[in-house]
Amino acid sequence: MYAFELERPTTLADAIKALGGEEAQPLSGGQTLIPTLKQRLAMPSTLVSLTGIDELKGIKNEGGTLTIGGATCHADVAKDGSYPALSDLAGHIGDPHVRNRGTIGGSLANNDPSACYPAAALASGATIVTNNREIAADNYFTGLFETALDEGEIITAVKFPIPEKAAYVKFEQPASRFALVGVFVTKGANGVRVAVTGASEGGVFRWTEAEEALSSNFAPSALEGLSVPADGMIGDLHGTPEYRAHLVGVITKRAVMKAG
Amino acid sequence: MPADGGIGAPMKRREDVRFLTGTGRYTDDLNRPGQAYVYFLRSSVAHGKINSVNTEAAAAMPGVIRIFTGADFEGIGGLPCGWQVTDKHGQPMQEPGHPVLAQGKVRHVGDPIAAVVADTLDQARDAAEAIEADIEELPAVIDMKKALEDGAPKVHDDLTSNLCYDWGFVEENKGAVDEAFANAAHVTTLELKNQRLVANPMEPRVAIGDYDPAGDNSTLYTTSQNPHVIRLLMGAFVLGIPEHKLRVVAPDVGGGFGTKIFHYAEEAFCTFAAKQLRRPVKWTSSRSEAFMSDAHGRDHVTKIELALDADNNFTALRTETYANMGAYLSTFAPSVPTWLHGTLMAGNYKTPLIYVNVKAVFTNTVPVDAYRGAGRPEATFQLERLVDKAARELGVDPIALRRQNFITQFPYATPVAVEYDTGDYEATMAKLEEIADLSGFEARLEESKKKGKLRGLGVNCYIEACGIAPSHLVGQLGARAGLYESATVRVNATGGLVVMTGSHSHGQGHETAFPQVIAEMIGIDPSMVEIVHGDTANTPMGMGTYGSRSLAVGGSAMVRATEKIINKAKKIAAHLLEASEGDIELKDGAFSVAGTDKSVAWGDVTLAAYVPHNYPLEDIEPGLEETAFYDPNNFTYPSGAYACEVEVDPETGKVTIESFAAADDFGNIVNPMIVSGQVHGGIAQGIGQALLEGCVYDEDGQLLTGSYMDYAMPRADDVPYYAVDHSCQTPCTHNPLGVKGCGEAGAIGSPPAVVNAVVDALQRAGKTEVTHIDMPLSPSRVWAAMNQ
Repeated sequence: MYAFELERPTTLADAIKALGGEEAQPLSGGQTLIPTLKQRLAMPSTLVSLTGIDELKGIKNEGGTLTIGGATCHADVAKDGSYPALSDLAGHIGDPHVRNRGTIGGSLANNDPSACYPAAALASGATIVTNNREIAADNYFTGLFETALDEGEIITAVKFPIPEKAAYVKFEQPASRFALVGVFVTKGANGVRVAVTGASEGGVFRWTEAEEALSSNFAPSALEGLSVPADGMIGDLHGTPEYRAHLVGVITKRAVMKAG
Repeated sequence: MPADGGIGAPMKRREDVRFLTGTGRYTDDLNRPGQAYVYFLRSSVAHGKINSVNTEAAAAMPGVIRIFTGADFEGIGGLPCGWQVTDKHGQPMQEPGHPVLAQGKVRHVGDPIAAVVADTLDQARDAAEAIEADIEELPAVIDMKKALEDGAPKVHDDLTSNLCYDWGFVEENKGAVDEAFANAAHVTTLELKNQRLVANPMEPRVAIGDYDPAGDNSTLYTTSQNPHVIRLLMGAFVLGIPEHKLRVVAPDVGGGFGTKIFHYAEEAFCTFAAKQLRRPVKWTSSRSEAFMSDAHGRDHVTKIELALDADNNFTALRTETYANMGAYLSTFAPSVPTWLHGTLMAGNYKTPLIYVNVKAVFTNTVPVDAYRGAGRPEATFQLERLVDKAARELGVDPIALRRQNFITQFPYATPVAVEYDTGDYEATMAKLEEIADLSGFEARLEESKKKGKLRGLGVNCYIEACGIAPSHLVGQLGARAGLYESATVRVNATGGLVVMTGSHSHGQGHETAFPQVIAEMIGIDPSMVEIVHGDTANTPMGMGTYGSRSLAVGGSAMVRATEKIINKAKKIAAHLLEASEGDIELKDGAFSVAGTDKSVAWGDVTLAAYVPHNYPLEDIEPGLEETAFYDPNNFTYPSGAYACEVEVDPETGKVTIESFAAADDFGNIVNPMIVSGQVHGGIAQGIGQALLEGCVYDEDGQLLTGSYMDYAMPRADDVPYYAVDHSCQTPCTHNPLGVKGCGEAGAIGSPPAVVNAVVDALQRAGKTEVTHIDMPLSPSRVWAAMNQ
């Protein structure tokens, strides 16, 4: 990696200030950024670490809403258990090293098209809380590695309404074990929501046809005959667009089955 | 057997204590005073003309000591190839030059263009980015068949084409083979690929060059499986350093799987630069560099045909293989698809007529060379897939078809030039049926059906040829090396022994198994024996470790040297006991006079050898140290039968290995625990090849699988518990230990079992059109095959 300055603020205010500097970049768990730096594919002059800021960490369950600090690592979410489907998802990201370094805020800010958390946020109708505002998940994910975040804006927390039923099923890419296709389904106050990660060239998306079908009958059989078009799905050496489109149907059924 | 472990004892590996507690000493753990670091600027295009490499600005950057380019290696030898194959017309293969740093052209992604030596690695990297390399991209050839078309871009402009050789084996048999096909009652044909693999040892390659101007001595520390071979190749053919002025040290090496046999440009560079700069120069490969600079394995495209008579006897076998050499000839690359592959095509079967054709092809890809099994997995995979397909076409039981055609008489001279000394294929098949509980398969099939899964059973046999030999024969076949092994056994005054072996352990457990042999021979505790390897300064000229040769060849050399020791020690004992030498017996660490109670302990004899006060000085010299070189008169031929059961998820195509059983015949066994471990590891690699691994280039020669994000390695949850058995033992007839080799068997025998099982599962599910799927059997490929 190239040389850079490392700032380790302990308050959000100091972090925002540090990020005002030229070519400063936030560093959360570093599970994407550090490998990128090691390959010399990025050259920030300053990295502002967010993991030493207590106010960005922790999990609170209040009034049916789970609020997770942006710098909370996956292992802590996995242990929490108050939103079982979310804890299950977090407990199967990467390996123990990744889960103890990677953070929910980092994952959502990066919006890797194969990451797990975007599916949870979108399917749960979560709210992304930043230092400036609150963004509904439906308005947050804007494309491959693209989000509604502005330059220097930090995810301070994510609010998840805990649904009545939910499950996440991930079909892993054999090498990276990221989601080749991952589907998060929820049934709750927001109705039925189905979010798919890993599959689309546009990143995480809601499968609205499936949502409609499941709204009247929350059972795998409701999805019979439904499919997503292969057009716009990712094609690479791990699967054609047709294969991914097929998997969206299969994995969605399994997620509904798992949600019970 | 000595109480604490002789031959046959399942001793835990003594070296594992340091490997598992972080106290091993690997090449990257070594640092020399004043050491500088090198970073290689590597080609990002598969094929290009080097118009210029401007290093001026880069050379002025902080910490830069010197930047080398191909021009610095004009007049210096290129990397040599250690095996010359003669084609079917009697002509030598086309052998291109292989400069240490690219000259004129770059020929694959990763080809080194320049080497920056600086005080720190970061400084070297910074400077490398400032090098202005003007490279004009040329059309690349990646696909082997396209590379052989008229007008295809040439990888090497000075060669007539991209064909390295067109090999026919045995060429004189071709007419008879064709005739047998014309007269066959049934012919089964299969076209398949044996995909390119990246070896991925846990420890990436490292090289440190060091130079001592006081004595004009060069030292190379390197991650090698055969330091003496590197000393000879690099000293004599590349840098012109005589062997007495060059020391090569390969300390603890963290896995090799073949890819650390070969002599690499980085080794020659570090040795050369250290002398030029009068500073030690270190290179440590990153994992990304390993993907584009370690020799790859396999990469064959094959059409294979089997002729059978009306009674289902195999009458002839015919194969045509395209073997990818990559952009340059790696050290032993030409031998892999030929002498390590064609000679194994008889497998376990008495097929009387065999013809093998291999076309070796240059492409704009990383060079390909030996990888665990080297040619033998390719042979076994083709043959065992083909026999399975034949059984299906004929509607006969695949195990019965194999049994019917087994070789049963030994020694057996195959039509492909080798003689199997011993074996019992029926015994391993019967053992397999027992340990795999094959009779219970139908019940397990029903259980899988209830879960909505497709279950399949795959069975296959394999034959291996280990410890390639003898030297005079391999010389006739084109080897530019001998294939003996050496050992010096030094007995100390107080009775402990040090064995300096020419074999090289990079995970095989020599430090545990070799002492067990000596413990058995002398009747002492194995802890009295220390194994030294990997340093040309203190071991006799050895050929190193590959091809499952260490115990069969290196162990035999050690036995011969130890026999010399015992013979001399008996003379000393006879003198001490005032008896006739012929009456002296060695047992349980003591020499005794037959038929008497007179004896003298091992330690008293060894002490007498070094304190020769009461000693037959007029007859024998003091001291107790002997060296032996052992050149076997044949290969050894391990064999076995493997069974795999899989479940296929019909909705996703995902394959899971439900069980795996291996019944192997390795002859006599020194340490059954190490043998089991070798089999486990080999099967894991074979399952990796069958289900997960595959090195993929796009049509422009870009490496699509350049990291673990896309190159899938097997992990613990990809492999099952293994049922392994080595109780079928037909000892090798020609080495003193009666041992065969076990290091590669698992990787050779397992891929066809897995693929046979998946095809079986799909066939049972009514997908009768699926007769083959090319590896790796990823979910997407299996799903595509089911939905074609």
